[in-house]
Formats: sequence, structure tokens, C-alpha cells
Amino acid sequence: MTVARPRTLFQKVWDGHVVSPATADTPAVLFIDLHLIHEVTSPQAFALLRERGLRVRRPDRTVATMDHSTPTTPLAAGARAVIQDPQAAAQVRALEVNCAEFGIPLYPLGHERQGIVHVISPELGLTRPGMTIVCGDSHTSTHGAFGALAFGIGTSEVGYVLATQCLLAWPPKTLAITVRGRLARGVTAKDLVLAVIGRIGVGGATGHVIEYRGEAVRALSMEERMTVCNMSIEAGGRAGMVAPDDTTIEYLKGRPFAPQGAEWDAAVAQWRSLATDEGATFDQEVVLDAADIEPMITWGTNPGASIPIRGKVPEPAGDASIARALAYMDLAPGEQLLGRRVDVAFIGSCTNGRLSDLRAAASVFAGRHVADGVRALVVPGSQQVKKQAEAEGLDRVFREAGAEWREPGCSMCIAMNGDRLEPGRYAVSTSNRNFEGRQGPGGRTLLASPLTAAAAAVTGRVTDARELMR
Amino acid sequence: MDPFRVLTGRTVVLPMDDVDTDQIIPARFLKGTTRTGLGKGLFADRRYAADGSPRPEFPLNRPEAAGAAVLVTGRNFGCGSSREHAVWALVDQGFRAAIGPSFADIFRGNALKNGFLPIAVPERVHAQLAASRGAAVTIDLQAQEVTLPDGAHVRFTVDPFARHCLLEGIEELEFLLGQDKAIADYESRTNQGRR
Repeated sequence: MTVARPRTLFQKVWDGHVVSPATADTPAVLFIDLHLIHEVTSPQAFALLRERGLRVRRPDRTVATMDHSTPTTPLAAGARAVIQDPQAAAQVRALEVNCAEFGIPLYPLGHERQGIVHVISPELGLTRPGMTIVCGDSHTSTHGAFGALAFGIGTSEVGYVLATQCLLAWPPKTLAITVRGRLARGVTAKDLVLAVIGRIGVGGATGHVIEYRGEAVRALSMEERMTVCNMSIEAGGRAGMVAPDDTTIEYLKGRPFAPQGAEWDAAVAQWRSLATDEGATFDQEVVLDAADIEPMITWGTNPGASIPIRGKVPEPAGDASIARALAYMDLAPGEQLLGRRVDVAFIGSCTNGRLSDLRAAASVFAGRHVADGVRALVVPGSQQVKKQAEAEGLDRVFREAGAEWREPGCSMCIAMNGDRLEPGRYAVSTSNRNFEGRQGPGGRTLLASPLTAAAAAVTGRVTDARELMR
Repeated sequence: MDPFRVLTGRTVVLPMDDVDTDQIIPARFLKGTTRTGLGKGLFADRRYAADGSPRPEFPLNRPEAAGAAVLVTGRNFGCGSSREHAVWALVDQGFRAAIGPSFADIFRGNALKNGFLPIAVPERVHAQLAASRGAAVTIDLQAQEVTLPDGAHVRFTVDPFARHCLLEGIEELEFLLGQDKAIADYESRTNQGRR
């Protein structure tokens, strides 16, 4: 009798997608179940197809939307978005032409299903456990929340997947991140992942696929798991995964592209078999206690620069990169961020632009007003999130508080669509990157949860949101 | 693609760790639809003041940087966004290789597909290169060896498949296109046929 070797979640998904295994000289050929594309990283890939006279092998496994360079300017009901920037307009037009020519389904601006690519695919039930998913965007790691192997690729690889539905890859290493216990009240999934990146560093997971495990992870909703997996790349991880469970299955049931009837039952049985086997081993393991995690905020210019909201920024102590980050952020060594004046609060992005994020922010905005001199932007992650938020009256809470309720898109996370942080200004942002200039040249980003961003909006200062929670 | 066999070139030293692709090319330069002309956006917010004038202290603006082909980088170079534009911008500016302690995964993959070789070396070798800016190095991909400014040779490892493609000047896509039958077999074996 042969006993099957215990395997990790990652290994099971990988093994199920190997078209040709790796040899000493050649990487594995990996089949891709779902290829998501958007306007910014795909035009040159379609150009490659045309140059080579190639077709899209599986347009039925390819889905497109527009999100990065599209405006989020509020529109009157029924009005159509107008892209003022001629370059962005040309890029969006190119995606329309490419999708039409190659037969790829597109959720364009104005469509009721348009939105940030990593928000709409789970909403539609396109993202499912056990799949391989790629996109020309590093935050593709988001989809790992479903127990999919999902990772960002460059534009050359976008072209390869369009042409062959496959990628070449060497087997990565695995990293288990186990979070024991339960997060305290007022401590969110964003705080958890900022604490993880602070612990292992921005290169801490390079070459690895992360599996998030433990009681604290199991207790997270799907939207919270997406927030955690989304930022796997900020630790350098190739992907981040969570094993599918009842929470996953509950989320997917009834979604537009979820299987139905007997197919659903078969799919659920297969999804339940994906969890890491007892006795399977990881190349590396990290353990955190949820009880030690506080609401987190970043002080520096990479997502690893996270500290508890009441903590102090570090002293350079001879570290040139800390000194440089402090200079860029105009912060004094050892100072506390709490109480520091802020100029902008940005709530949105593929990290924190889902309905539960907006509900959390609204719980802080309700009955309060945005502080004088502060600009607060609330940007739903998709048209569906916008519609659901409006059905709950969240938009009214934001508007009555003096915040901007905008159209879906990447917005100020990436500052290539008109939404931009001005030089020298401070933003508390729910997005994923505080890199120099990320939100606009010279802009200074403090990454935090929707609760913390909303608290900053209404107080005008870095605030411990727990003080505002009733 | 032109083969990459032996490259001799002068170095520019960028003495910073965790240089992300937003710094290599800010997002506002990503609105085009071609791979060309991105060099003007390379390190734009570092190289140029707000009025567009070059910052003389930035390494790429120093006189010895003109014509340099090798970037000496800190740890975790190219982290962050998957934008291949970062590599296209480096190549457009004349760079063909980077040498540093480590590179981010997506950046390394993108680089190798564009005839740009990222070479990971031990910290002491990096320190030596960082201390001799503007000096010439020779990179021999066949031998997997860098000749340092002082004449010492350092071996490096590289993805064997990418090495083969670079030496022969072929695209990785060629290999994938040659897998057509295996892919079709996989699709029928796993019931992954067209819906």
C-alpha cells in the first residue's frame, strides 16, 4: 500500500496545474485557469500577439476591466465618465479594441460590474478555490484568499498567457504564517498584515508562497482574508493563500460564475480537499500571537515600516535607509505619530475598498464631520460595492460627514488617474504602498486600516480609532 | 532579441536598499501603449527636481554615468509593482545588467525576458563594487562569472533556462509555443476544454 505524501495547499494547487514538469534545464509549464487583464499592463502584450500573428488561446479564460488610469470623479446619476487625460483615454480605447478583436469579455467603464480587477473577480465568483490566477498586477495575490494560487506577472508574461494560457515557473518555496488566538476589538485584517510585514520585512517572503494559517486567520471574513493576501507582495511573497473553508464556500454560493447544482456539490467537495495535509512541511514558518497585534500605521517609505498606532518612529542609529525615509516623511527620530496633523484620508483600493471596509469607515464617520483642512476620499472598489453601499445608506453617511463619495477605481492608490496627493502633504491611506511618490510626487503616505483612516479624517490627526468607537 | 553573452560596461552605483518599481518609473509614465521611450521616466522623481532640472547629486546624473551599462543596486531591488515598464525604462537608458545582493521576484522575471541580467552577489562583492563607482566590469554569462574592477572573478548563479534563452537570443515564448500539444493534452485530461 502506498501512502500519499502529505502536501500543502500550495503544492496541491501547483500539482494540479502542471502541464509539463520542471527539468534540470527547463521550468515547469503551468496551466492558468483565469487571466485577468486591465488597461495599463496589457496593450504591449496585444501588440506582441499582432506582431507574431498569434491568437488568444482561451478568451473564455480571460476577463478584462478598466481601473488603474480611469477617473473616479463623482458622476450625476446616469452620466457617463469622460476621461480628460488623452493618454489614459487612448489606453482605455486600446483595451476596448483589443477585447473586441480577440473576443475577450470586458467590463468597461459604465458597466454595472466594472471596478478594480481584484474586487470584481471575487464578486463575480470568477475567483474560486484551487485555481491558478494571474494578472499584470502585483496585487493579484488578493485572490489567494480563496485558496487559489494567484500572482502578478509582467507584460511579457501577459502576452505568453494570452497566447498559450500557460506560464513557465520554477517551483517556489513555501512560508507558513500562523496567527494564533483572536484579534482584539478595533484591530483589523489590515493591522494583521501590516504587523506581518513589519515582522518579516519587505523582502521577507521573496521566493516564497505564503500560507496564512491559525485561529485568527480562520476567523476572518473573505473580505478580510483578501486584505491580508493582497499585501503578500509587500513582503516580497510570490503569492499568499488561505485554505478554503465554510467561510469561503458561503461567500461563493450563488455568485454569477459560481458552479450550480451537481457541479456546485462536486466543486465544494474538491475545494474542501485542498487544505494542507496534517504532517505537510513548509520551507519556513513564522508564528504571531493575535493578542500582540495593535492597530498599525506606517511611518516610512515601504510597507515594512509599520508600528503600533501609539508607537514611536525609529531612530536611524546609523541606518541610512531609515534616515532617508525619515527625511522624506519629514519626521523626527523617535517621535510619536499619534496626534500628527494629516491633510488627506484615502479610503479605497484593492486592499480596503470592499463593502466591509466602507462599513467600518462609516461607523467612524457617522455623526461626525471631516476636520477643517482635511480632504477625505471614499472610493468604492467596484460598481457593485458602490451600489450595495448606497443601498445601505453609507454614501449618505460619507457625504453628510463632508467626505467625497467617488466612482470606483484605483484612485489615489496609484495617482495615474487624476487623484493625487500634493507634494509634502500627509495622507492616511487604506491602500497598500507608501513608496516615495506612490500617491503623487512628494506625497507622504501613512498606511492604515479603514477605521484609522476615517478617524484621521474626522479628527485631522493620526488617531487611535478605538477612542472613537462606541 | 539580441543574444547576451559577454558584456563589458561601466557601473553606476545606486546605494539604496528596497528600491521599488514606483521609484524606478513612477505610475504617471505608465499611460502609454508601447514599450519604447520609457527612459525619460527612469527614476524621474529622483533624477529631476519639480521644475524638470536634473539633480546633480543623483548617481545617474553624474558625468561618469553617461554610457554606463551596469547598475549596482542594494538589497531587494525592484520590489513592489509588477510593471515591466521598470525594465523597459532601464533598457531604454542603456542598462543591460544590475548587480546587487538580491532582487524582487517579479522584477527579476521581467528583466530576464528583456535581455537585462540581474546578478545576485554576496554582500562583500557588492560593497566592493559600491566603493568603485564608474569602474568597468565584465559579465560573462556563458561562464557565469563577473570580472570585478580589480581583476578578481566572481561566479554567479542564474536561472538555467533564462541563461539559455539569453545566450541564444530567443524568447521564452518560443518554448511555450512549442508546448502546444502538451497544453491541449492537459486541457482534455483535466476537462479544461472550451466552455
